[in-house]
Amino acid sequence: MANTASQKAFVEFERVQKSYDGENLVVKDLNLSMPKGEFLTMLGPSGSGKTTCLMMLAGFETATHGEILLDGQPINNIPPHKRGIGMVFQNYALFPHMTVAENLSFPLEVRKFGKSEREAKIKRALDMVQMGAFGGRRPAQLSGGQQQRIALARALVFEPELVLMDEPLGALDKQLREHMQFEITRLAHDLGITTVYVTHDQTEALTMSDRVAVFDDGRIQQLAPPDQLYEEPENSFVAQFIGENNTLEGVVKSLSGDKCEVQLDGGEVIDAKPVNVKAVGDRTRVSIRPERVEINKDRLQPGAHTLKAEVLEFIYMGDIFRTRLRVAGNDEFVVKTRNAPDQVRLTPGTQIEIGWLPSDCRALDA
Amino acid sequence: MKTKSLLMTATALTVAAGAAVADDMTLVSWGGAYQASQTKAYAEPYIANNEGVTITWDESSAEAVAKLRAMNEAGNITWDVVDVVAADALRLCDEGLALELDADEQLAPAPDGTSASDDFGDLLVSDCFIPQIVYSTTFGYRTDMVPEGAGAPDDICDVFDLETYPGKRSLEKRPINNVEWALLCDGVAKDDVYDVLATEEGQERALAKLDTIKDSVIWWSAGADTPQLLADGEVFIGSTYNGRLFSAIEEQKQPIGMMWDAQVFDLDGWIIPAGLSAEREARALDFVYFATDTQRLADQAKYISYGPARASSAPLVGKHADLGIDMAPHMPTDPNNAKNTFLYNYEFWADYRDDIDAKFQAWLAQ
Amino acid sequence: MTDTTSNGTMLSADGTPLKVSLARALRRQKIRALMLIAPLLIFVLVTFIVPIASMLFRSVENDIVSNTLPETVQTLAGWDHASGEAPDEAVYEAMYFDMFKAAEAKEHTKLGTRLNYENTGTSSLFRKSGRGLSKIGKTWQKPIESAAKPLKDGETWFAMMSGSGSNAVLEERRVLWQNLTGDPFKGEVGITLSDDMVAMLPKTAAAYADWAIFEALEEEKDISKRDPWEAVYTALGLDLMSQETQAAVASYSGTGAEELRAVIAALDTLPEADFKGAFIDMEDGWADPDVWRTILTYSPAYTSGYFLNAVDMKKSLDGFEARPENQQIYMTLFKRTIWMSIIITTSCILLGYPVAWLLANLPLRSANVLMILVLLPFWTSLLVRTSAWKVLLQDQGVINELLVWLGFVADANRLALMHNQTGTIIAMTHILLPFMILPLYSVMKTIPPTYLRAAKSLGATNWTAFWRVYFPQSVPGIGAGSILVFILAIGYYITPEIVGGTEGIFISNRIAYHISSSLNWGLAAALGSILLAVVLVLYWLYDRIVGIDNVKLGG
Repeated sequence: MANTASQKAFVEFERVQKSYDGENLVVKDLNLSMPKGEFLTMLGPSGSGKTTCLMMLAGFETATHGEILLDGQPINNIPPHKRGIGMVFQNYALFPHMTVAENLSFPLEVRKFGKSEREAKIKRALDMVQMGAFGGRRPAQLSGGQQQRIALARALVFEPELVLMDEPLGALDKQLREHMQFEITRLAHDLGITTVYVTHDQTEALTMSDRVAVFDDGRIQQLAPPDQLYEEPENSFVAQFIGENNTLEGVVKSLSGDKCEVQLDGGEVIDAKPVNVKAVGDRTRVSIRPERVEINKDRLQPGAHTLKAEVLEFIYMGDIFRTRLRVAGNDEFVVKTRNAPDQVRLTPGTQIEIGWLPSDCRALDA
Repeated sequence: MKTKSLLMTATALTVAAGAAVADDMTLVSWGGAYQASQTKAYAEPYIANNEGVTITWDESSAEAVAKLRAMNEAGNITWDVVDVVAADALRLCDEGLALELDADEQLAPAPDGTSASDDFGDLLVSDCFIPQIVYSTTFGYRTDMVPEGAGAPDDICDVFDLETYPGKRSLEKRPINNVEWALLCDGVAKDDVYDVLATEEGQERALAKLDTIKDSVIWWSAGADTPQLLADGEVFIGSTYNGRLFSAIEEQKQPIGMMWDAQVFDLDGWIIPAGLSAEREARALDFVYFATDTQRLADQAKYISYGPARASSAPLVGKHADLGIDMAPHMPTDPNNAKNTFLYNYEFWADYRDDIDAKFQAWLAQ
Repeated sequence: MTDTTSNGTMLSADGTPLKVSLARALRRQKIRALMLIAPLLIFVLVTFIVPIASMLFRSVENDIVSNTLPETVQTLAGWDHASGEAPDEAVYEAMYFDMFKAAEAKEHTKLGTRLNYENTGTSSLFRKSGRGLSKIGKTWQKPIESAAKPLKDGETWFAMMSGSGSNAVLEERRVLWQNLTGDPFKGEVGITLSDDMVAMLPKTAAAYADWAIFEALEEEKDISKRDPWEAVYTALGLDLMSQETQAAVASYSGTGAEELRAVIAALDTLPEADFKGAFIDMEDGWADPDVWRTILTYSPAYTSGYFLNAVDMKKSLDGFEARPENQQIYMTLFKRTIWMSIIITTSCILLGYPVAWLLANLPLRSANVLMILVLLPFWTSLLVRTSAWKVLLQDQGVINELLVWLGFVADANRLALMHNQTGTIIAMTHILLPFMILPLYSVMKTIPPTYLRAAKSLGATNWTAFWRVYFPQSVPGIGAGSILVFILAIGYYITPEIVGGTEGIFISNRIAYHISSSLNWGLAAALGSILLAVVLVLYWLYDRIVGIDNVKLGG
């Protein structure tokens, strides 16, 4: 992991705000600092402000307020073509009237590289994405995945220190996407490039990034490495947005240190780990990951909390079973169990008892 | 040749016997004030006398010959009575596109019993042509632009005298009239003009004379151009039809004066297209009989300053219908105005039109 | 279900070979598709292909000479046109009979008009001669009638000329009438010409047949009761002058034998057979070998004459020659039309490009307003727009007044903005601008703004990004717009006529003149065909240089 606190920030957003119409803020008070060599993903639903942030960094949008620093220098007043940032666009934006080699040559020509140097760099970049044989083709003659590689090569050919990618894999099918995810991370790490990657696909974010910034409503909701983000979401938005999640709503009944009691709306009282609750009497959403719920009473660990549940649906998914339950009035309570020889297959209508460890049960904001 | 008169007696009989006569009639004229005068003097009284007859106007007289030829080729003639200048009537007659008439049999005699052919006299320039008006192409000048010390222009050669009368002139964009005036002012006697013009040298001589003012000439192609150019002060003097100048001077009160010297008389009148069905032809003949009688021709002069084509109409010309001024002094045929006149030479121009026009256009394009 | 027969052809379920069955199914589909497009196909054919074909045809069609003067044209072929002398008697004789018929059918003036385009004066020569012909005929008719009174009477003629025979002459003459007038001349004439008469009096039989057909079918009269026209008497007189005929008449005993012998007896009262003299007496023009050369030059049914005229040449009997310099105009106009159309197209590109760019890149609402402004000129008539330019551009017009008022030009030195090429270029650029903007806009609309961003992110300045990335992609729009504007410009004539003065007029103005004023449709068609060819050549050049695939009218 490239993230070490000791490294000085390479890209910094300081209290950045952005408004298009002077009435609504699209980006609200954004602070972000990333060290050199980091692969950071901005993840969020559409309209959350992540692309705006990327465009401000690229120079196509100006911040309404605040400062963006690149390698310690404020870049608010530097035009995009002088920022030296490589960028990969959502639809690749390969110039259709130029061949692949001409596309790659373009950034080198405007930087006044000599012919031989250009050719060497183009060859290296094309080889890097395994497209060495395609220099003479036009973009329209390439498949989506090939175009994606060329776009990547073009963004890297002039050896920028920072590369921005705006949902670059959105147009590819699943298999190709997974393959490209791997290639992009490999390239980024091999070349030691600082990368800001924008996506709305959480799997992509979790598998590729050193850190993920989850955006919603113009703010970063949580900035953390993928595992931390999944296992320790700091608020209910992140908990909901990242991975599958069961929520039970209730009121905090008692609160002491790293423990609290929550009275669910159905009357049951459960123990939970307070994360984002401040005082007794606050409404809260309790979050439990489906794979942390145990449906086999015999396997319950000591200290586990149990609740009654009714099986509503059983779905066989190959490697796992997905069971939908009614728990404390919630019909959408899902449990995932591993497909093991001794695993029970529940039939709908069965009344069972389920349980989990209070430490897996996070009391978050309502 | 003898069949012609037989045929016409037959049609005259059908009208008299009240046999099948068409009720709808399309008249073709020039639009504007001229057509309005025909509507008031001919069409409205005709409809009043013949209930159930409807008259449609078509403002296509300028392209009448071409359109009639096209209609004839298509075998569908939609016009019943067409107003054309005498030269076009001649051509239509030559092409077999207009009906030949016998003036004495098919036109009204004068009130005193003089036969139609005597009443119209020389103006019956073609067997197909029923004259209506005598108009003239003459000059109008801006009274406020006459140079100090010089009198008002009263000689056709003043048009060619750039020293005494500087400023732009407007002349029609065709050789007819212009070359005659040019020769006249180049010292050719009036009677010799067409003999001279028939020779190559004479044509060159005329163009050479026009050359002396070529840079100061704006060439017009629509009758409305010169009055507009005079009104805008674009030209000092310009040729056009006398009726147009009358309305600019008397109706619009523009500072324009008439220069009648060497005015060129021309005739305008009706033709009936050849090849109409018997019913439509009968209606057309009936209309023409009515519309070209002595009173009707005199009536038209109430609305526009063109001279009636019948000798017997002249004494009946009265005052303008709206302005209440005496029309006689505004007629091109008024003895004061007609001291020096030309009559359009139909025979000559039928032969030389294409030849001299080609030379004239080549000269213009130089 | 398919089966394979022993020889290997695939069969469909009902046993017919698969190929046949497939062909049938496909044919049905094709017919259905054809029926669907049939209305459009017919529309295109009728409104586009047919007029163009007819225009091309008209530019070479010239059968009016041989149809109007069939026998003259044949006789004239033997004339030595280089001799400088008018042709001999035989030609004038043929001319007399041809012209007589043409005058009766009122076709001679059409030919006069046609030939007047080539030789000035022919129009009145033909018109006046048409009137004079009956006089020549009368000089024959009168002495014949006084020598043999019964010949005054149509019934005698009818009795004399009819008999038994093949009527071949009648059918022959019928075709000539059809050619001359273009009318069908179908139906019964009401006479069978006697073969004996045809053999004995060949000219008379022909002339009588001519008259009979015209009288019976055009005038719809009973020919047995009608008097023949003058030319028949002339023909009779000519026939009876030959020794051979006189001998035949001597032994002839049928109807009219007595009358014919009476005429032969009075031959000295008949005029001399001197048609040449009679024609020249009538009109001097007939002595001019140029008139005859013109007729001979234009006697074939198809001519290159119109095309030669259209490129300032003149067709002559020895090929072609340049027109005198003071008549050369069309090449000048062609060159000017093309040159000015190029200038207009270029100014449309220069003015239209930024506007189209704005249209494609402004927010939707402002773009709509701008679009309305662009389309606004379409909502007013061409004439109004052009006249508006007149008000702006003339010497005392708005622009000059403003410049004088601001002191930029002296009152005496107002700019000449119209009645010249400047006027035409300004007004036509304005009028044609939308035709450049719209295709440009529709192409630009398909160029995503990310390309410019991508270029900038790769280090390009605004100009480089535009020039190397945006502009090349908009070239198809420029191509489409240029083709549209150029082709429209090359055919314009109203605007040049109004604001172009003498230097700013186009070839189309002359085409319009020949269509509507001089009625020289053949020349107009030839000029139009050349214009069409020029457009096609330029289109081909464009295809070679830029590539026609590179033209886009829209996304």
